[in-house]
Amino acid sequence: MARIIVVTSGKGGVGKTTTSAAISMGLAKKGHKTVVIDFDVGLRNLDLIMGCERRVVYDFVNVINGEAALNQALIRDKHCEALSILPASQTRDKDALSLEGVGKILEDLSKDFDYIVCDSPAGIEKGAHLAMYFADDAFIVTNPEVSSVRDSDRMLGLLSSKSRRAELNQEPIKEYLLLSRYSPDRVKLGEMLSVQDVQEILSLHLLGVIPESKSVLNASNSGTPVILDEKSDAGQAYADIVARYLGEDKPHRFIDEKKGLFGKLFGSK
Amino acid sequence: MSLLDYFKISKAGSASIAKERLQILVAHERSSRNQPSYLPQLQRELLEVIKKYINVDQEAISFNFEQDDSQETLELNIVLPDLHAKN
Repeated sequence: MARIIVVTSGKGGVGKTTTSAAISMGLAKKGHKTVVIDFDVGLRNLDLIMGCERRVVYDFVNVINGEAALNQALIRDKHCEALSILPASQTRDKDALSLEGVGKILEDLSKDFDYIVCDSPAGIEKGAHLAMYFADDAFIVTNPEVSSVRDSDRMLGLLSSKSRRAELNQEPIKEYLLLSRYSPDRVKLGEMLSVQDVQEILSLHLLGVIPESKSVLNASNSGTPVILDEKSDAGQAYADIVARYLGEDKPHRFIDEKKGLFGKLFGSK
Repeated sequence: MSLLDYFKISKAGSASIAKERLQILVAHERSSRNQPSYLPQLQRELLEVIKKYINVDQEAISFNFEQDDSQETLELNIVLPDLHAKN
């Protein structure tokens, strides 16, 4: 049986697809058979971030409609054997995904994979609902910014009421906070909510902080998940997150500011 | 204390305002999230029944739904119009 992870946020542009790409690659690199699914029907983008946009032949909706077999639609990642990608469809039909169809595909994938990562679209519409409905674990991607925190809290409410686990009265979905685009310098200046502030408001278990980083845009420009840029701060942050999720004890990093030469000369201590 | 700290103090920390606003908002939204979905309709229908007998407006009626571990309470407050003024 595979473990199903949904990467969600409510708000758009906070880093869901970047996170889905990074953690699915991280899990696969650790030797776990992983598939990452793009639930953003009509606005497919995971394929671009994973660098496999030219290899898409069939998609999620083709499989649901029986126009292609699952194996025909799955794209094997070029960096890592253990990772497959199931791209979203570019159809404009909003009802292309159905609860039964998605459930059937996840059940089939569960037989072959250890982890299924569901990249949720923004918003709380059908695609977002289906992405989280079957989840065992939820990665809530949040930026230290008011609208993102509020939307994350809204998603927490939906996870605890509109998911399969909630409806069947099973053990609730395990929820984890991933705080992204974090700037310790700005937190120090009182310009940005701190990781403690966000945790206090959302009362979530912190899986990791991803610092605001140039490497994220570099990675998406070239179509390689940022976790493969092992020298970058964001890449390391995601590697830590994957390790913590798998139960390794990794102290949190990227929460305190780096002191530049100026800070070293003039800062207090 | 370093030279830089003098400049830092003059910066207004907007993050603390953000935190305060979020705490209030999130608490409010969480409490309304737990309310039963029939509550708004119940409120409308009750108002109509009450209006049959007493001349009150929307603001005269307030609903308060509270939940703790052991029980749920629905509190309904109706402010009656001043009778002496009417007669």
